Amino acid sequence: MSEVPATAKCVVIGAGIVGNCLVGHLAKLGWTDMVLIDKGPLPNPGGSTGHASNFIFPTDHNKEMAFLTVDSQNQYIEYGVNNTCGGIEVAREPERLEEFNRRMTSAKTYGIEASLITPAEVKELVPFINEDIILGGYYTPTVSVVDSLQMGTLMREEAVNAGKLKVFANTEVHDIETETVDGITRVTAVVTDKGRIETDCVAIACGVWSPRIAEMAGANIPLTPAVHQMADVGPIEVLVESNKELAYPIIRDMDTFCYERQSAGSMEVGSYAHRPIFMHPDEIPSNEESPLSPTELPLTYDDFDPQMEQAIELMEMLGDAEIKYAINGLLSLTPDAMPVLGETPEVRNLWSASAVWVKEGPGIAQLVAEWMTYGYPRMCDPHGSDIARFYEHEKTEHHIYARCAEHFNKTYGIVHPREQWASQRGMRRSPFYAREEALGAVFFDARGWERPQWYESNADLVERYPVACEAREHEWDARWWSPIINGEHMHMREHVGMVDLTAFNEFDFEGPGTLAFLDRMTVNSCNVPVGRSIYTPVLTADGGFRSDLTIMRLGDQHFRVITGAFDGGRDKYWFTRNLPTDGSVTFTDKTSGICTIGVWGPKAQATMAKIVTSQHQPYDVTQAGFPYGAVRDVLIDGVPCTMFRISYVGENGWEVYTKMEHGLRLWDTIRDAGAEFDIRPVGIGVYAVTGRIEKGYRLMGAELESEYNPVEAGLARPKVKSADFIGKEAYLKARQEAETSGPAAIMCTLSMDSQMSASGIKRYPVGGNEPIVTPDGNRIVDSHGRPSRVTTAGSAPSLDTYLLLAYLPPEHAVEGTKLGVVYMNEQYPVTVARVGSQPLFDPNDDRMKTDPS
Amino acid sequence: MRILVCVKRVPAPGARINITADGQEVDTAHLAFTTSPHEECAVEAAAQLIEQHGGEATVLTLGPGEAEEQLRYAASVGMHKGVLLPTTDGEWDPQRTAAAITAAIRELEAADGAFDLILFGNESADSGGFQVGIRVAYALGRPMVNGAKGLTVDGGTAHVQREADAGRETYELPMPAVIGIKEGINLPRYPTMKGRLASKKAEVATLAPAADPGGLAKVVLARPAEKKSETIILGHGPEAAPAVVDVLEEIGVL
Repeated sequence: MSEVPATAKCVVIGAGIVGNCLVGHLAKLGWTDMVLIDKGPLPNPGGSTGHASNFIFPTDHNKEMAFLTVDSQNQYIEYGVNNTCGGIEVAREPERLEEFNRRMTSAKTYGIEASLITPAEVKELVPFINEDIILGGYYTPTVSVVDSLQMGTLMREEAVNAGKLKVFANTEVHDIETETVDGITRVTAVVTDKGRIETDCVAIACGVWSPRIAEMAGANIPLTPAVHQMADVGPIEVLVESNKELAYPIIRDMDTFCYERQSAGSMEVGSYAHRPIFMHPDEIPSNEESPLSPTELPLTYDDFDPQMEQAIELMEMLGDAEIKYAINGLLSLTPDAMPVLGETPEVRNLWSASAVWVKEGPGIAQLVAEWMTYGYPRMCDPHGSDIARFYEHEKTEHHIYARCAEHFNKTYGIVHPREQWASQRGMRRSPFYAREEALGAVFFDARGWERPQWYESNADLVERYPVACEAREHEWDARWWSPIINGEHMHMREHVGMVDLTAFNEFDFEGPGTLAFLDRMTVNSCNVPVGRSIYTPVLTADGGFRSDLTIMRLGDQHFRVITGAFDGGRDKYWFTRNLPTDGSVTFTDKTSGICTIGVWGPKAQATMAKIVTSQHQPYDVTQAGFPYGAVRDVLIDGVPCTMFRISYVGENGWEVYTKMEHGLRLWDTIRDAGAEFDIRPVGIGVYAVTGRIEKGYRLMGAELESEYNPVEAGLARPKVKSADFIGKEAYLKARQEAETSGPAAIMCTLSMDSQMSASGIKRYPVGGNEPIVTPDGNRIVDSHGRPSRVTTAGSAPSLDTYLLLAYLPPEHAVEGTKLGVVYMNEQYPVTVARVGSQPLFDPNDDRMKTDPS
Repeated sequence: MRILVCVKRVPAPGARINITADGQEVDTAHLAFTTSPHEECAVEAAAQLIEQHGGEATVLTLGPGEAEEQLRYAASVGMHKGVLLPTTDGEWDPQRTAAAITAAIRELEAADGAFDLILFGNESADSGGFQVGIRVAYALGRPMVNGAKGLTVDGGTAHVQREADAGRETYELPMPAVIGIKEGINLPRYPTMKGRLASKKAEVATLAPAADPGGLAKVVLARPAEKKSETIILGHGPEAAPAVVDVLEEIGVL
């Protein structure tokens, strides 16, 4: 029995589709001296890859997954293991036909060939289907079945043959050793039953076992093994007679959450309809204890029976076919249904490539390989999959089971882009929660925080602003939305509103090295006077957006980073990952100690003038005394607060910060002071959408991604600071290129010229990556291959229009240009209203920067 | 004709079977359950006889309540109804099992008439006592042949073949008779989806089993030492051919 080497540059654990492709891609990127181990035999070690149905339906509404799926399919094609058979999603319910329109739209965005077909046309392609019970089909001719085991073998052997990789099957990991120096824990060795390998880089690609392997190093990979039921039935005459592995398109019976895929003479019937069935990684049997494999457990028939009835209903011939093989197959589920990728925040150089399905395996392997090589992926932005996205409460089994139980049956579901979680609510609440609840707040979840999206108590504003608050006729457009949002918007623009911003993350950095450290992390100079602030992009080494955030200088050596709820985990990881180890900078996460209220509108200054003091003296809150961008410590009715004159909604006013325990008093004080101006609570519907889009403010994860740079986003400043910073070289190059040949794409604001659908209903795109097209309906793709798509969409009540944000190539990025947007498979005319970042509403920011008259 | 098949719920074979710390039970944490392979063949034999001759096949088991799963499985591959003799106190010894089954058969026959054939598996896959079928046949005073690898019915006679050291033995039994079926007599069918769905509606009667313990008592279970198999790679590509030939010669296939 061969012993493992004593040292390696990198140890990859897990030889499924991900681990194999990861070593393959690392080898391509120049890695050598790698070791791949798996506790099972090769080529099928017994994980989820071995029993995968292996088909790829390329359409996905999620940009990251759509990109990685198509990229993976191309890799399978490149290696000759892609068998194209086409695929049809069939509808039994009218609502599904609407979803197919939405899928057509996403297919257009990502350049996937697709068409809507009638039941008769489905029957032509799949003669054994019962067309009487279906309403139509969504046909994708490029759907394929891949040989994931062979793909893995080829990638692995390529690395072996290049002399860059040694492979050890039947080798069990007993421990991952770490050491902690200067407060930083890093990986040092992998201990196996065949010896110990010293290494400073370990990647975990163990699928359903990833959590227990990570735990050996003290890290957390939040996923759960979950059952997906599958049965192979046959022989079936028509399939046998086809004499092919795949003669017919794969059918996804979307409304029963079930699929039928030919496998030579038999049919594989799989289901996502049964009750969620989870298993703890520690309870999975060993290879020796498993008659089939550890992830192929006996089918629990009672759970599958209803699916059989539905399958027979769709294809009668299935009824008489014998069930030759039937399993409760294990696969990985995560709390938000996205993969778990990247360096673990707990242990340096310990990487996760987990919760990945066959359809996106090779692409994700490449993404992680790039991440390990270059410090950040180059092929696409990974923020949705980044392991650092999880907050502490999201990594518990409690949370994992609850959320996975909720989303498992949505695998084939129709999920609205604004859809809210029902489980694990009320996890984080601001001190204002009780007041908000009493005001009829409709709470949306922001990574555990309960944030009012709008307030039912403001229903009267709908009548006050009837034009702005027009009801949305189509249920889909109106779902998870209220016209009250637009009423709150108008009221804030005319009077004053208060917004709960407690979900902000506050990270404090202190010490003599802080300025140098932050200057290295950010594009814009942090060397501002105490009491001033910085808005800045944070870049990857390649010059794309890693984050954008605001920093307040609270003292000579004291800075506070403010960032949003959705990126707090990733930002915290990035800043602490780069923190100097010499003790010159300390980091403190103040998030749980600080609450925030935004007070904005023409009457914000009058409201605050009544209550803001410096000790017993009134505080000068005029623009002259307290200019835009300034940060000041004040008292508000005796409560120590930090006020920050800034706005994400384009109004005069402040973000007011105080300690959590003062929060309720602060809320009441501001409310009472504003009562004479009819101050209203305003929800995140205004803050994050309507107010923001009128000002063209960009949002990380929507407009801002690592695929785009500050020049393209319109966020480049006239000058570049002299200090070095992460991404500077690439940023300078992007600026240079923009000067000589123009940027490849520019962030633009587009206005819808008509929202009227063919059926005479006014429609409101939800901002789910709808494609921007030429007037004659052609896709727009920039010179880097990036399609133009809607990154944010929303009402602009003060401009009486509906706005879309999208990157456009320079030839289209011209104000006044007529283009189109496709929504629900129907094209609407739009006009480029603004190129770059100058706001459409109050273009010179007068409202924010001058005293109200 | 009327056929009764007696089956037993046993841990699914094919993987390492663990034993509980006290050595008294099989550790079922990772185990699926199935019907003993010989009995799966008995069910298939019954299904084929009914297809040929018409009639009704009943499947019976003595075991924990969960053994209903095995009855329904048998129903999904052609058995018409099931009879469950539920036990709650672990594995019953062969003597006690046979006595309880005999009593149940008498009760079933008293109600609906005699079974022309009662089929058992040659032996159970777990305890392998080789006793229950013969004890039941003896108690009922019916002829029995064990180890059946062939079974046909002709009028009132059952023709049974079994393998012997040199050739085959053929038996003719007047029915009603009892036959112990051996794996290999047929290839049991898988259930169809329709069969599975129909089996959920199959009638399963429950009869309380009553019998005194017999003389055989379990002392302790132990797992034999594992045989470690090791893979030796003979080479890659055409260069490996001579080494492969050597091995084939060594094991005598060339």
